[in-house]
Amino acid sequence: MFLEFFYLLRARGVEVSINEWMTLVEALDKGLARASFKGFYYLCRAILIKNESDFDNFDAVFAEYFHNVKTPEDLPEEFWKWLSEDEQTRDEGRGDEWPRELEEIMRMFRERIEEQKEKHDGGTYWIGTGGTSTMGRGGYHTTGIRTGGESRHKSALQIAGERHFKDFRDDKVIDIRSFQMAFRKLRQYSSRIDIAKTELDIDATIDETCENAGMLHIVYDKPRKNTVKLLLLIDSDGSMLPYSRLCNRLFQAVSKANHFKDLKVYYFHNCIYDNLYTTPYCKRGDWVETNWVLGNLDSEYKVIFLGDAAMAPSELFRRGGNAMIGLGNDELGIDWLKKFKRRYKKCIWLNPIDEDSWDYTYGYKTIQAIKEVFPMYELTLDGLEKGIKKLLVK
Amino acid sequence: MKDMNVFKGSDNYVVTEELMNAVNVAIALEKPLLIKGEPGTGKTMLAEAISEALGMDLIIWGIKSTTKAQEGLYVYDTVQRLYDSQFGEGDVKDIAQYIKLGKLGEAFTSEKQVVLLIDEIDKADLEFPNDLLWELDKMEFYINETKETVKTNHRPIVIITSNAEKELPDAFLRRCIFHYIEFPDKQKMAEIIDVHFGDVDKTLADAALDAFYELRKMDELQKKPSTSELLDWIQALMISGVDVGNLSEKMPFVGVLLKKNQDIDVMNEIKEKGYSLRRW
Repeated sequence: MFLEFFYLLRARGVEVSINEWMTLVEALDKGLARASFKGFYYLCRAILIKNESDFDNFDAVFAEYFHNVKTPEDLPEEFWKWLSEDEQTRDEGRGDEWPRELEEIMRMFRERIEEQKEKHDGGTYWIGTGGTSTMGRGGYHTTGIRTGGESRHKSALQIAGERHFKDFRDDKVIDIRSFQMAFRKLRQYSSRIDIAKTELDIDATIDETCENAGMLHIVYDKPRKNTVKLLLLIDSDGSMLPYSRLCNRLFQAVSKANHFKDLKVYYFHNCIYDNLYTTPYCKRGDWVETNWVLGNLDSEYKVIFLGDAAMAPSELFRRGGNAMIGLGNDELGIDWLKKFKRRYKKCIWLNPIDEDSWDYTYGYKTIQAIKEVFPMYELTLDGLEKGIKKLLVK
Repeated sequence: MKDMNVFKGSDNYVVTEELMNAVNVAIALEKPLLIKGEPGTGKTMLAEAISEALGMDLIIWGIKSTTKAQEGLYVYDTVQRLYDSQFGEGDVKDIAQYIKLGKLGEAFTSEKQVVLLIDEIDKADLEFPNDLLWELDKMEFYINETKETVKTNHRPIVIITSNAEKELPDAFLRRCIFHYIEFPDKQKMAEIIDVHFGDVDKTLADAALDAFYELRKMDELQKKPSTSELLDWIQALMISGVDVGNLSEKMPFVGVLLKKNQDIDVMNEIKEKGYSLRRW
């Protein structure tokens, strides 16, 4: 049954609603797939998918579902019907061409699958989801859009197989703008809080005055202001260097966001000890005492740690473990972190390291230990949004 | 599909097959078409091209951060009415004359089918799209003050553009057909240049394209140049008649392409050393 495609999409995390599905069926009934598999692919995508970050997911599912189709007979019955019914809706004079064309598409389609099978021997799907596909593009690409090759004469499966929109996936790393968008969600408006109504509400005043037959009736409203205060603590050196551009983007996004009631940014090296640096260069002397920060920034601050949390275990668990030569520490690194945890109710840790490798990568011991103190999220749009939700929970 | 309302692109708008399909699907299903894409990929131009190609009027509702959904339907000019009542002008009892239709209302009441462009819907408040669900679905709305229902005779073709500044609500998205305009590749861009300038010198166009895509490859740039900037640049090159021999080395009028000083520095550094560390 073709309906399986619907459930497969949903099972793979593509949230397709029944409404959208019915719209697709309606469109197919109207012959909008134009008797071509490619047309069918684009039609499905235009109706079912509403975000370019889902395109990649959709492509993968599309390929997964249709990879079983080896002969036209394997096509789901409804699909076959739609293709044949379309005969009537085609232009006159081309009536005898369409079966040939259809056959050709099917042949191309079969060839593609054969080809893919050879290339991906042993894989579950001919389009590898784990980076095995030769058509996929590997590696992180941080800028979002890349222009692809020429796409007009490709079959639907080939387009799907290319997973052209990989760069748009939500779980990939992100640019400043996306960070900004995410941080916009970090708002708590004061209208929820009890304060005096001091702002003249012009629209309501006019309305009320008119209702009042012209006698002036003034209406006041609460000013709406964001009450979120943010303390951003950035690990800025050594092992963080590979992620510097990504972290830079996050920092830019935060500093450009002008909707916070207050924003404080400090830097640390690997872990937090007696002092927090005021510049990303972590130079001795350019710092404030951590206790001063803990004492002066009230517990309403929401704290975001940004760091890889990967370090030598001694830096976290030993006295004098501070990796900066000549700076001893009496209190353990982990204890300093716990102080933050006690002082601030809303803390999260953003980690640029891929979440899948937290269990075994360099520094996994300290990552695990810190993860037990703070909720840790991967530094992706997905992770950031989850983190922000965590910060906003009452 | 009936032939009359099929969009096939227009003389001065280059359209990909996928986009053309999406437009036609939206027209046939009578659903709004939501267009997303990088700035400068011609989202707004699309509506113009459709209205031109199908010979329909275009009504543009440009959205700003303060725009309310209600404004698109109608505005009840209470101030004017108050004013009139105090000075005894006009027939204050006749509320209808103080009801002014918005762009959506205009599109609904039009005698002929029109193309309605809701431009940059993401600029408005987060709830904005939700406030329009019923109106876009049923293509009708109710005027409280006069107890009238405005219904449409000819469902307008609705094109909505978004720059993805805000996430649009799911309920709204479910009612749309979606298309993402990718940044045009070199070949497509050559077509676009052709459409715009017609008789542009081939060597100049090629050299400009090469230099342009080389620029776009530089990830360190904060704002990459887009189509409209490329077109301006070619215009400038044509008028000035500079030698296009080593265009990508000299980059004349680079200010047309890159609007930030920092980006120009980054470009020079990359051209010189092959990399740039200025971003960090």
